[in-house]
Amino acid sequence: MKNWRNHLGLIIPILVVVGLAVWPALTDSISAREQAFTILKAVALASSLNILLGYTGYVSFGHIVFYGFGGYIGLYFLNEQGWSIWASLLIAGISAGLLAFLLGKAILRLRGGYFALATIGINEAMKALINNLDIFGGAVGMTLNFKVYKTYGGAAEALSMAFYIMAGLALTSIIVSYLVRVSKFGLGLLAIRENEDAAEVMGIVAPDAKTWAYVLSAIIPGMVGMLFFFKNGNVEPHVAFPLHASIELLVMVMLGGQGTVLGPILGAFAYQGMRGYLVTSDIFKDIQLSVSGAVLLLIILFIPAGAVGWLRNRFAPLRRVLP
Amino acid sequence: MTTLLQIQGVTKRFGGLQALTDVTFNLSEGQIMGLIGPNGAGKTTLFNCINGVYTPEEGKILFQGENVTGSKTYNMARRGLARTHQIVQPLNELTVQENIMAGACFGRENHNLHNAAEIANEVMDFVGLDTRTDQLAASLNVAQKKRLEMARALAARPYLLLLDEVLAGLNPSEIGEMVETVKKIRDRGITIIMIEHVMKAVMNVSDHMLVLDYGQQIAEGTPTEIANNPQVIEAYLGDPELAKKLMGDDE
Repeated sequence: MKNWRNHLGLIIPILVVVGLAVWPALTDSISAREQAFTILKAVALASSLNILLGYTGYVSFGHIVFYGFGGYIGLYFLNEQGWSIWASLLIAGISAGLLAFLLGKAILRLRGGYFALATIGINEAMKALINNLDIFGGAVGMTLNFKVYKTYGGAAEALSMAFYIMAGLALTSIIVSYLVRVSKFGLGLLAIRENEDAAEVMGIVAPDAKTWAYVLSAIIPGMVGMLFFFKNGNVEPHVAFPLHASIELLVMVMLGGQGTVLGPILGAFAYQGMRGYLVTSDIFKDIQLSVSGAVLLLIILFIPAGAVGWLRNRFAPLRRVLP
Repeated sequence: MTTLLQIQGVTKRFGGLQALTDVTFNLSEGQIMGLIGPNGAGKTTLFNCINGVYTPEEGKILFQGENVTGSKTYNMARRGLARTHQIVQPLNELTVQENIMAGACFGRENHNLHNAAEIANEVMDFVGLDTRTDQLAASLNVAQKKRLEMARALAARPYLLLLDEVLAGLNPSEIGEMVETVKKIRDRGITIIMIEHVMKAVMNVSDHMLVLDYGQQIAEGTPTEIANNPQVIEAYLGDPELAKKLMGDDE
C-alpha cells in the first residue's frame, strides 16, 4: 500500500470505469449514457470471463448462459414475487454462481476443445429449457410490469439508477479480477493454465480451484443480465442466450489481452467502438459479426497475447505495473 | 533410521503390458536412492505410482507409515512429496520466481505469497537461478529449466524428493554442478530417489540403489554391490569391465 505505483494495475482500470460512469452526467446526454452503459456492460462481462479464460485457461464459448440464467431468475423475483431490485440482483448473482458450481463439477474435467464444446451445448440446452418453462413465460418471455419502475421514481429515474448500478458492477468485476490476479488463488489458476498436470503435482487442488474460478466468473454476468433485462423491460429466450454474444466476449478478452486485468477493459472499449462503427456503416452493417470473427482470427494468428500482453512482452518493466 | 517410504508388492499394468511386477523396498530418511534400469524398465512408472499419477493394481505404498496407495497427486504434494519430470514441465508464461513461489504456496507448508516469495529467493540462490528471477520460464535453456524444476520442488520443503533424470541432456560441467546440488539437498535432510542414466554420477551420489528391468526388481544394494552383481552387469551394464571402470572413477 505504501507505493501507489505497485497498484497502478488497479488504479488505471478504476479510473477508466469511474470516468465512464461520470461522463454522461457531465455531458448531460442520454445517448452518451446509452453508449457508456453498453461499454460498462461489456467491461463487466469481459472482466468476469477473463477469470476463467485468461487466468485459468479454460475457454468458455457459452459464458452468456450465466447472463441469461441469472437475468431470468432475477427478473422473475423482481416482477412476479415483488422483490426489490437489490434482492433480485443478489438472487441473480447467486443463482448464476450456483449454476456454475454444478456445471463446473460436471464439465470442468474436460479439457481444451471438449470443454468449449460442452459450454456451447449448455447454453443451447438452457435456452431450450427456458423456452419451455411456463413460469418464465415460455417462448414469449417475461415483460416487466411498469409499476416496478414507479417504485424507483419512474422510468427515467429507474434507467438512470440502472446505469449507476451497471457502473458499480463493472467496478466490482475489475476489483475482483485484480484481487484474484494478485492472490495465491490466482497464482494457482495461472499454474493450471500453464500446465494442469504439473500444477497438481505441485499440490494445487485443480478441480476445486477451477470450480471456484468458474463460479467467480459467473456471478457478475448473472447480475448484469438481470439489470439489463430490468432496463430493457422484457426478456425472451433468444435475447437472453445469444451465442454470438459469447463469442463477442471472447473477442474482447483476446483483443485486449487475456490474463491481464486491464486487457478485457481495453478490449471491451475497442470492440464496442468498432461495433458502433460497423453497425452504422452502410457497407458493414449486415456483416458485422463476420468482421468480429475475422478480427478474432487475426488476433489469434498474430497477437495471441492481445494488446496488453503484447505491450508486456515488449516492455518487460510493464509486467510489474500491469498485472 | 526411520523408514520414510515403504513400497510393498507394487504391480502396475497397462493393458497387457506389465510395467511393474511386485516391486518391494523400504527407504530410510535422509538417504539418496538411485533407481536405475534400461529404457522402459518402469522407473518413471514407479515414480508415477508413488506420487499418485497412477494407482497400482496390486500392492501398497506407505508414506510416513500411512497407506497412500491411490492418493491424488496434490494430496501427495501436501503430505511432503515433490518431484521433477523427465520432460521438464515449466509454467512457461510465468516468471522463474512465480514458478518457484507456486511450489512453496501449494506444497507441504502451504505458505502465503509473501513467505513464498522469500522462500523462492532463497531457493533461487541455492540452485543458482538468482540472476533469472524475472525472466519467463519459457526463455530458460534446458539446464536452467531442470534447475527450475528442482527449485520448484525444493520450495515445497518436501520430506521426499523424486528426481527423474535431472542429469539427462546436461554437459559434463553442468552434471558436476547438479550432482553437488543433489548432495547439498541431501545434507538438508531431504530424502531423495533419483532415476538416472549417467552411471558414474548416480553410483557416486547414491547411498542405496535399486535396479529395475522389464518391471522386475532385479537387484538392490549399495553402489558397490550393484556394480558387482552379475545379474545387473548382464542385464544392464552389459560389460563387466565397464562396471570396474565406473567404480574406479569414484576415487
